[in-house]
Amino acid sequence: MELILDITLLSLLLVTAVYIAWTRDLFAAVMLAGIYGLLSASFFMSMGAVDVAFTEAAVGAGISPLLMLSTLAICGRAQRANPQRAILALISVTVVGLLLISATLEMPAFGSPDAPAHLHVAPRYLTDSMREIGIPNVVTSVLASYRAFDTLGEVVVIFTAGLGVLSLLGLQGETLPRQVQSPMAEPSHLVLRVVGKVLVPPIMLFALYVQFHGEYGPGGGFQAGVIFAVGFILYSLVFGLDAVERIVNRSLVQALAALGVLVYGTVGVLGIVSGRNYLDYSGLAGDSVTGQHLGIIAIELGVGITVAAVMMLVFFVFSAQLVRGRVVQHAS
Amino acid sequence: MIESAVSVLAAMMLGLGSFFMISGALGILRFPDFYSRMHAASMTDTLGTYLIIGGLMFTAGWGLPLFKLTLILVFIFFTSPTAGHALAKSAQLSELRLGGEQSGSAKPGAGGVHSDQHPDSRDLARADRV
Repeated sequence: MELILDITLLSLLLVTAVYIAWTRDLFAAVMLAGIYGLLSASFFMSMGAVDVAFTEAAVGAGISPLLMLSTLAICGRAQRANPQRAILALISVTVVGLLLISATLEMPAFGSPDAPAHLHVAPRYLTDSMREIGIPNVVTSVLASYRAFDTLGEVVVIFTAGLGVLSLLGLQGETLPRQVQSPMAEPSHLVLRVVGKVLVPPIMLFALYVQFHGEYGPGGGFQAGVIFAVGFILYSLVFGLDAVERIVNRSLVQALAALGVLVYGTVGVLGIVSGRNYLDYSGLAGDSVTGQHLGIIAIELGVGITVAAVMMLVFFVFSAQLVRGRVVQHAS
Repeated sequence: MIESAVSVLAAMMLGLGSFFMISGALGILRFPDFYSRMHAASMTDTLGTYLIIGGLMFTAGWGLPLFKLTLILVFIFFTSPTAGHALAKSAQLSELRLGGEQSGSAKPGAGGVHSDQHPDSRDLARADRV
């Protein structure tokens, strides 16, 4: 039964991927990318990787189609035909695909018990996590304590992505005229306004739950940050960018994006100060398990702050660009 | 006695929910124009999802899963009709009419038959120019 489910999900993934590459309509491609995210989340779910499935559902099916849609709102939905570049892209995709396939030939069979993943450090994590870290969700203890340095890298990647978007779009024209509202901000969209207003607090509450429940169940900083940002993005979609910027200033969001990374790095340095390795939290409190608890909560908070701030920042910069484009269009 | 009644009820709700899901999916594929397809989609979203989550709630028993399912039900209760409303409203705003008003060849309700292009994709293309 599970095999049939896996085969169905994987073939749907393949069909979706081929159609994304095939279609000229970028709007359809974005929606299909969202479906792709949801399908891979279901696939991860059927593999038992609940945390990864949650992240994929929040990021792959949630916020990245949203950001791509806001890109399309700026750039238009039709793909420009360019045969030469298409041939070049096809060649490079084929070469990379062949390389990837040849790399998988070296890999051990799926689920094989003597794969390096099951022999190297994983048994130690699984057996010792409860004693050393003392939290029920082993995924979080691996991600936030044993492999905290990798996670620091991921947070820095997200922060760098935010910096990249900001340096491309964000630094110009801070004082733009603000007559053009979000199309949703008209009073006639009463249903959307009311439901949007009702939904924002539960979304925030759910984000906080995911953030602080990450030690006990699926969840953690990445998912919580995305959900928290979605609350603000929903508000700005319904009430316009101005209404959000009255609540959270753009420079505040920029500062928060850096603050999350700073919190993460500082917790690592505190590990050194307490006489251990970088990002070893055992010395943060008298008892080593309590120290691990404290450290994990602190770095998950850092991750959540950075992810939420960067997502909000990217969306705000994109919609400010959209508003600017409309202003230019109206003026000409 | 009560347990078997509850599980029969849950099975009925799950089966009926799956039936509505499948019929909604068929409707999205087969219905001729945007608004009737949207009817099929909203049907799937509301009735199918409510029945399936309701059936799951009967099987869940008292505990945290029941509470979480209730929250999901409340969330869908708010979001799904709103999504349908937003879709219909934006279609109306982009001047998407029921098929066949603006071009002579397109008969109402016969979109899938006379050409391989769906009527509303042409309507959307027209609406983009407006």
